[in-house]
Amino acid sequence: MIPGEPLVSIRDLRVAFHGLPALRGIDLDVMPGEAVGLVGESGCGKSVTWLAALGLLPPSAKVTGSVRLAGQEILGAAPSVLDRVRGGRVAMIFQDPASSLNPVKRVGVQVAEALRLHRGMAGGTKDAEVLRLFDQVGIPDAKRRVHIYPHEMSGGQNQRVMIAMALAGQPELLVADEPTTALDATIQAQILDLLRRLQQETGMALVLISHDLGVVAEMCRRVCVMYAGRIIEYASSDTLFAKPRHPYTKGLLAALPDMVGPRRRLEAIPGGVPEPWNLPPGCAFAPRCGHATAACDAAMPGFVPVGVDHAAACVNLEAAMVAA
Amino acid sequence: MSLLSLDGVSRVYATRRGMFGRPVAVRAVDHVSLAVEAGRTLGIVGESGCGKSTTGRVALGIERPSEGSVLFEGAVMPAPGTPEWRRMRARLQLVYQDPLGAMDRRLTVATQIAEPLAIHGIGDASERRDRVAALLRDVGLRADLAARHPHELSGGQRQRAVLARALATDPALLVCDEPVSALDVSIQAQVINMLTDLQEARGIAMLFISHDLKVVRQVSHQVAVMYLGRIVEQGDPEAIFADPLHPYSRALVSAIPVPGPRRIARVVLTGDPPNPADRPSGCAFHPRCPVAVAVCAMTTPTLRPAADGRLVACHLVDGVAGTA
Repeated sequence: MIPGEPLVSIRDLRVAFHGLPALRGIDLDVMPGEAVGLVGESGCGKSVTWLAALGLLPPSAKVTGSVRLAGQEILGAAPSVLDRVRGGRVAMIFQDPASSLNPVKRVGVQVAEALRLHRGMAGGTKDAEVLRLFDQVGIPDAKRRVHIYPHEMSGGQNQRVMIAMALAGQPELLVADEPTTALDATIQAQILDLLRRLQQETGMALVLISHDLGVVAEMCRRVCVMYAGRIIEYASSDTLFAKPRHPYTKGLLAALPDMVGPRRRLEAIPGGVPEPWNLPPGCAFAPRCGHATAACDAAMPGFVPVGVDHAAACVNLEAAMVAA
Repeated sequence: MSLLSLDGVSRVYATRRGMFGRPVAVRAVDHVSLAVEAGRTLGIVGESGCGKSTTGRVALGIERPSEGSVLFEGAVMPAPGTPEWRRMRARLQLVYQDPLGAMDRRLTVATQIAEPLAIHGIGDASERRDRVAALLRDVGLRADLAARHPHELSGGQRQRAVLARALATDPALLVCDEPVSALDVSIQAQVINMLTDLQEARGIAMLFISHDLKVVRQVSHQVAVMYLGRIVEQGDPEAIFADPLHPYSRALVSAIPVPGPRRIARVVLTGDPPNPADRPSGCAFHPRCPVAVAVCAMTTPTLRPAADGRLVACHLVDGVAGTA
């Protein structure tokens, strides 16, 4: 791989289910070792982006665009190529670990299977590596725990097993899709700490998909905000939360209750997300936006650079740039 | 006199360990005392299995306390299923997390909102129609949605319809169990604002149960933190969330991921919350507590006033009389 080149490069990724658009042109680079957050509400396409990129959508989904992993195109690649990518170079963990694990197989066996598939390990080496992975993800009493079944473990412990399985293939990228949403607050803190530590230890890149702006802010250096199948703003986390520029990002932050300071009435974003069969002609957020003008319906807004590595797709920002 | 008061309430379930195990008594709620004042909101926070939902069910009279008493408007809660209890239930309503599960999929929204009016014999057919129209207006639903079925509504609209139905009998108390947890941030803010508006307009009291501390802080006048069936800290939400005294509340508040710098240093607890069937001796939190001392494993701390008047159950927090 060429230094300075992105690990994953997604260009104009589009997905449609039965003719209805779910993803409407995503451009996204993930650099080696970096942590990128994807935030947005249900149905914005944050999960579909990675399911499409890794060829995990059903055949009824129409996927176009380009996804390159270290320069090699993987969108529409042969199953033999994808089998080496998925679980190998790119691992994925999901919200509900219990439904991702096989309920009738011991957890150690499931991690061992990943080692056999992706690293060709067998016998004693494999068993030793399973124990090492259990230790690495902080499962106490690993020698005994490898022999139990998922239902005998808590949700937090199951998520640790999933992470051990993801690490088994020594991935260059871990895609974590709402990894802590189903967990209690104190367990969420443990898992986020673990992910942060593992990222430092292994140098893998992390894509964190979450609806929780707080989680993304704590974990990621860079954040992309999605709305109705598009990225509408990206920036470093510090900038995004201090100086959001897109009206939707501003709205999301204003809608969150604070933990400190005086209590204020929440500023709710009026209305709801548009249905895929009823998308507005221009900016998808225009019907809910307090600053919308006729220009917003004219065409889809392009990205306007508003700072260092900070851009937002809003017509009003475009106009402000022209005026300046 | 408080509108609702729970005095030393416990709820014990008998369960078995395995198919042939001995019956074990599980104290889902253990000596809980709390009061909800008319027109005010008491928030209950805690993680899965802490007994917050069971407390709500006991407050509604759906479950009878194994010990202690529940008083509503000064009278002892009648046994569930009796005509007196049914009459009282018109004054006490429940809203919970999953609005689709709370509604009948075969009935229109209007029919379902009118149902409590029919059950409690309020008004004739035309009065009920007017009442339903007014309720829909109150919760911000368009009149044409009355003829729709639940699956034709969005998640936020469904939760509004469930609220309209709960409000139909003009209740004095609303028990809200995770009412906004399934909703996206922007919709969550809409429903929270609506709840506070309705409380102001109608003087409804609320028992607001949630795992989300930010949401509880936003709506509550009083807050109780529960751990393994017991209240560990109770008082003014500003004080508790800004400066939690109990080590568990401290860990819980510090576990919330926030954009920007945090006020309270992150305390990451080790381990999972214990099984309520296998309650640790003394203070149930001591095996996970970062500051536990010998006495914590032996004696269960009682809830007593701290210097600023809030109640804390911890041996290491100085009481008013300095008894610790």
